[in-house]
Amino acid sequence: MLLGRSANGLYWMHRYIERAENMARLVDTGLRLALTQSGAASDEWASVLTSAGVRDVFEKENSDYDTATVSNFLLRDLGNPSSVISSMETARMNARMVRTSLTRETWESVNEAWMALTRMLKRRIDEPDLPAVLDAVKRETALIRGAFQGTMLRNEIFDFAQIGTLIERADNTSRILDVKYYVLLPSVAWVGSSLDNHQWQTILRSVSAQRSYRWTYDGDYKPANVADYLILDRRMPRSLAFCYGGICQSLDYLAEAYGMRHPCHDLAAAKFDKLKSATVEDIFEEGLHEFLKEFIRDNGLLGDQVAADFRFY
Amino acid sequence: MTHFDEMRLGGQARPPYDDYQSWFDRQDPKRLLQKAGDAERVFRRTGITFAVYGDTEAAERLIPFDIVPRIISGKEWRRLVQGIEQRVQALNAFLDDIYHRQEILRAGRIPKEIVANNAAFLPEMIGVRPPGGVYTHIIGVDIVRTGENDFFVLEDNARTPSGVSYMLENRETMMQLFPELFQQVKVRPVENYPQLLRESLTAVAPQGRDGSPTIAVLTPGSFNSAYFEHAFLADQMGVELVEGSDLRVVDGHVAMRTTQGYKKIDVLYRRVDDDYLDPLTFKPDSVLGVPGIMDVYRAGNIAIANAPGTGIADDKAIYSYMPEIVEFYTGRKAILQNVETWRCSEPNALAYVLEHLDELVVKEVHGSGGYGMLVGPAASKKERAAFAKKLIARPGNYIAQPTLALSTCPILTSKGLAPRHVDLRPFVLVSDRIQIVPGGLTRVALKKGSLVVNSSQGGGTKDTWVLDD
Repeated sequence: MLLGRSANGLYWMHRYIERAENMARLVDTGLRLALTQSGAASDEWASVLTSAGVRDVFEKENSDYDTATVSNFLLRDLGNPSSVISSMETARMNARMVRTSLTRETWESVNEAWMALTRMLKRRIDEPDLPAVLDAVKRETALIRGAFQGTMLRNEIFDFAQIGTLIERADNTSRILDVKYYVLLPSVAWVGSSLDNHQWQTILRSVSAQRSYRWTYDGDYKPANVADYLILDRRMPRSLAFCYGGICQSLDYLAEAYGMRHPCHDLAAAKFDKLKSATVEDIFEEGLHEFLKEFIRDNGLLGDQVAADFRFY
Repeated sequence: MTHFDEMRLGGQARPPYDDYQSWFDRQDPKRLLQKAGDAERVFRRTGITFAVYGDTEAAERLIPFDIVPRIISGKEWRRLVQGIEQRVQALNAFLDDIYHRQEILRAGRIPKEIVANNAAFLPEMIGVRPPGGVYTHIIGVDIVRTGENDFFVLEDNARTPSGVSYMLENRETMMQLFPELFQQVKVRPVENYPQLLRESLTAVAPQGRDGSPTIAVLTPGSFNSAYFEHAFLADQMGVELVEGSDLRVVDGHVAMRTTQGYKKIDVLYRRVDDDYLDPLTFKPDSVLGVPGIMDVYRAGNIAIANAPGTGIADDKAIYSYMPEIVEFYTGRKAILQNVETWRCSEPNALAYVLEHLDELVVKEVHGSGGYGMLVGPAASKKERAAFAKKLIARPGNYIAQPTLALSTCPILTSKGLAPRHVDLRPFVLVSDRIQIVPGGLTRVALKKGSLVVNSSQGGGTKDTWVLDD
């Protein structure tokens, strides 16, 4: 038996941990671009902010798209609800609320990550210190995931956490793709300029997939491959298909445990079926941007439906 | 003023501390200080923190933990237990009486006004008999010591006493830090408290249920200063930790919203004050409670621990009548002494208090946590004058007590052991029987000479040992 409020807490705790990690990765990508492409750096930081879904919030207080301003905004601005520091605060607040549902190892890993990162992010971060800070964020979130995966019983608690992680991740991957969709379109593929090549690598880097892409496609950078990899490859842990495979698995376990299916089961299954059967050509046919826009919307709706079906509120 | 030192007497260890002292003498002081630092890190990491109201700088603080145990002999403990049991029986009998026939008022043993005009007296409870006939399921009796055989009850916390999680975590920490010490000194265990609490709550569930009752702990939420304890107890008992927003009345029962719909609750261990329990009966704007829970309660469909309205029994004005109350209901003199108390509502007492403000401790009748009190001997002339004004303006709001020569127990400082004042809060469970876990929470004033042990005022805690002798 699990309280609806606890399920909600587990779901958001994991969304925010995932978000903190994704933010670090986005800053990492932006930083790499700023270092290698001095001219277009501010454009790249602007698209990083769009990917992170916080460009509006940023523009309220800031006007400079330079490395220091943007990275501090994404890492440690308390006015930015998705910054690493805000995400960790929210994740820990939720963890504290559901701590009786967590193993001691999991709770302590969250609490320690929160302590370490709030301490680290208290002061403004200078550019030379950024890599160390980004590593720390990735390391702390990895420790939480390790503690969680290694010690939690695979029951409803695990499933709600898993659904939170994967909905957040699918949102993140689809946003990254959507911000850069134009460089993946076949119409520009033949240009094959080094700039585009760089853009594809940027996309891969922002989901930590440069190396695994090379394994899979033997270093052949084609936009269709990149799209295929991040949308449809079910073995790529940040692809949309992978996320929906996991979401459906957890929802099915819940249906089995509770002896009941809900509307969210049908929503998730329909989306997963589409991801399983579609080819990247189909998606380009439909329009990559349209496909992603619809995905981002439906993914959000799935989150709302899960909350309603399992009485989060 | 001389103070009774619980550890040392005439240059030697007092008998309960014999074994500890000889262990201590063999330790390297540096290593002990290091261990004390380890303990703090453990607390910080596990998140055993509490919030201090009005302290925005440190939203979460640790209660400082001192690694020198407070030790009580088996004999001393047995006497305390007798006294506490007697007192707790009297408290429950008093509550039952005060919400039914009010014999004690008719007999003129305590004045009617003190009950009738008391905010802690709930007219809604008149004629209500809680399941199992128990009013105060969990009590924390604050005890101070002034000499070898002089124990006084300072306060009966009969509403929602807190601190038991510290009792348990302190022991856990001590066993981790000094496992060898527990092989050399026989200390009675306290770790079965959560299990006893669960059994106790099970025993007072409403009758006529099949299977084991569903129990839940009701917390005001994660921003409450004692949230850690609420979560800790729910976890240790293996029951749900709920908030008001999780609960509603469904078909004449209180039920909690789960991922599979509403599920009935039979026993609610609430850590929410009376005022906030039911917006339909008490504070209408409360979001911490459950609308309609009092109707369910009156219908006998849920047990609430502690029962609403128990505050009338631990009110500081009522406290001064405890010797009469104990004698009235148990037919015997109170085993544990009360601290002499002046009720400032009485003109003679007020005059005495104003004249002796530099010797007395003055407390608000409804206050708690060490807020709003005056420790006369420690206060400046100016502070006393300001307090006197408040006293004259609202005398009925205050009681005064002599400044007790509280016993001391040493704490570890960078310069070695140093005596500090302590009190003791044993935890009592009432169901069809009374159970007291051998131990309790020892609070210690960390500042030299200070008599205020409250954690909100810079006090710390110690592990409390009752010897198996």
